[in-house]
Amino acid sequence: MAEEKNNGYKSGSNLEKILRAGHFVVTGELGPPQSADGSVIREKANLLKGVTDAVNITDNQTAIVRMSSIASAVLTMEEGLEPIVQMTCRDRNRLAIQADLLGAQALGVRNLLCLTGDHQSFGNHPTAKNVHDLDSVQLLQMVKAMRDESKFQCGDDIKGECPRLFLGAAANPFGDPFEFRPYRLAKKAVAGADFIQTQLIYDIPRFREYMKKVVDMGLHEKIYILAGVGPIKSSGAARYMRDNVPGMIVRDEYVDRMLAAIKGIPKEEKAARRQAWRETGIQICIEQIQEIQEIEGVAGVHIMAIEWEEAVRPIVEGTGLYPRPTVE
Amino acid sequence: MIVGEQKPIAEIMKLLGDAQKVLIAGCGTCVTVCFAGGEKEVGILASALRMMSKLEEHPMEVDEVTVQRQCEWEYIDPLAERLGEYDAILSLACGIGVQAMNERFPDSITLPGLNTTFMGLTEEQGVWEERCQACGDCILGITGGICPIARCSKQLLNGPCGGSQNGKCEVDPDVPCAWQLIWERAEKLGKMDQLLEIQPPKDWARSRDGGPRKIVREDLRLDTEATEAE
Repeated sequence: MAEEKNNGYKSGSNLEKILRAGHFVVTGELGPPQSADGSVIREKANLLKGVTDAVNITDNQTAIVRMSSIASAVLTMEEGLEPIVQMTCRDRNRLAIQADLLGAQALGVRNLLCLTGDHQSFGNHPTAKNVHDLDSVQLLQMVKAMRDESKFQCGDDIKGECPRLFLGAAANPFGDPFEFRPYRLAKKAVAGADFIQTQLIYDIPRFREYMKKVVDMGLHEKIYILAGVGPIKSSGAARYMRDNVPGMIVRDEYVDRMLAAIKGIPKEEKAARRQAWRETGIQICIEQIQEIQEIEGVAGVHIMAIEWEEAVRPIVEGTGLYPRPTVE
Repeated sequence: MIVGEQKPIAEIMKLLGDAQKVLIAGCGTCVTVCFAGGEKEVGILASALRMMSKLEEHPMEVDEVTVQRQCEWEYIDPLAERLGEYDAILSLACGIGVQAMNERFPDSITLPGLNTTFMGLTEEQGVWEERCQACGDCILGITGGICPIARCSKQLLNGPCGGSQNGKCEVDPDVPCAWQLIWERAEKLGKMDQLLEIQPPKDWARSRDGGPRKIVREDLRLDTEATEAE
């Protein structure tokens, strides 16, 4: 039913159209500010517009209070860029999520990324009570039923317009237990995910191994898989991600290349070091995307350059993925 | 068992306020086993309070008693006669014991000396860990006997989040990832298929809902039996 109303599309979002047309997709990420300053969103949106097909609007990312992702999504749309609203299970129960999605639909949102959410202990309100009424798989199921069956989670009919959202989920090919990861991806596909964005990839051999399993299971034919990449800002950042971020694997070669980038530049020449790091970070990201494009089953990339949105344009241009296609 | 931990002495002193005659009431069951509120801990705390009262020039007479189970009327009823003489009773039982005392003896005030922390087991001497959150709808049968409600930081029902690495939870490198444990167990038992099925949203109404949860067993009720006999 829903598909007939939308010329065969589930939501008719730009992201869905470009994926369906078979183009290699580029999504980005836009982190809302820790204030009510809408101009921050507008500025970031303009850096990402034209070089991405849609951008994720994070939902209290790393459990730090930020402007609501739906409100930020509306500002993003006003700038002519398509948002992918992120929704975590950490902060809202099934009533609040469904209410917000009715509102999101009415405001023009057409993509939703369903997430578990980072634990509150990482953020700025570590004594908060988390919700986790649903998990991300159940969240996908609920929103799919709202779209395809016009049903609320309780089974009641939605009388009138339903949220028609193109549904995404996250996957971490580097989390443990490694053997379970492709099965968890399969569960998300069954639950209703239309597309997947992966955790940041800094270990391409392991990602290749994961994708092989995914392709063997035929999952790449059921869902669009976007590989997560991001430019590294400095050798310190590379080391920090390698040693301290749970669920991440960073191969030593990236840390070494970032260290080599500043070789010969004295410590006091901060601007020069920064420049060298950034050029290398962008270069590594370009090479990674080129490698990832060759991996079977990958439908696009998700470029995460939080607080460094300027980097996305040179990356996309550097990989030959610019200009972005338009699909009517 | 129910595991508890004694409150800091400064907090206990503050709770006791200007009480001059105090009865410390221990419990002989769970909190004895976890060394938080049994006869021995009652004795140690009583001595500490006596010393504090001298140091702070706050005269306080402290008596001690330990009953077998503070959460059952028949064990606390014998205390009735002597409670009148105390300004405050400091219970070293779990929160259930403290409430039982207040309910049974409304003319006295019973204060908590412990923080009731969780239902768990003794992993080794001196180490306790939570195992059950009394969610009211046990799923251990499909998770290989490992509870994701009590042991996963996000209470996930369909597998590990992205933060599980090297068998540990993203929240703390000392906390095992419950889903890693569940997966390993499923592999060992050859029951991985069970984990591939989508678990529907949980019925939390059976967990924490409007007011206290209650179980009524008509077949066991004495007064019902009497009514029926009439």
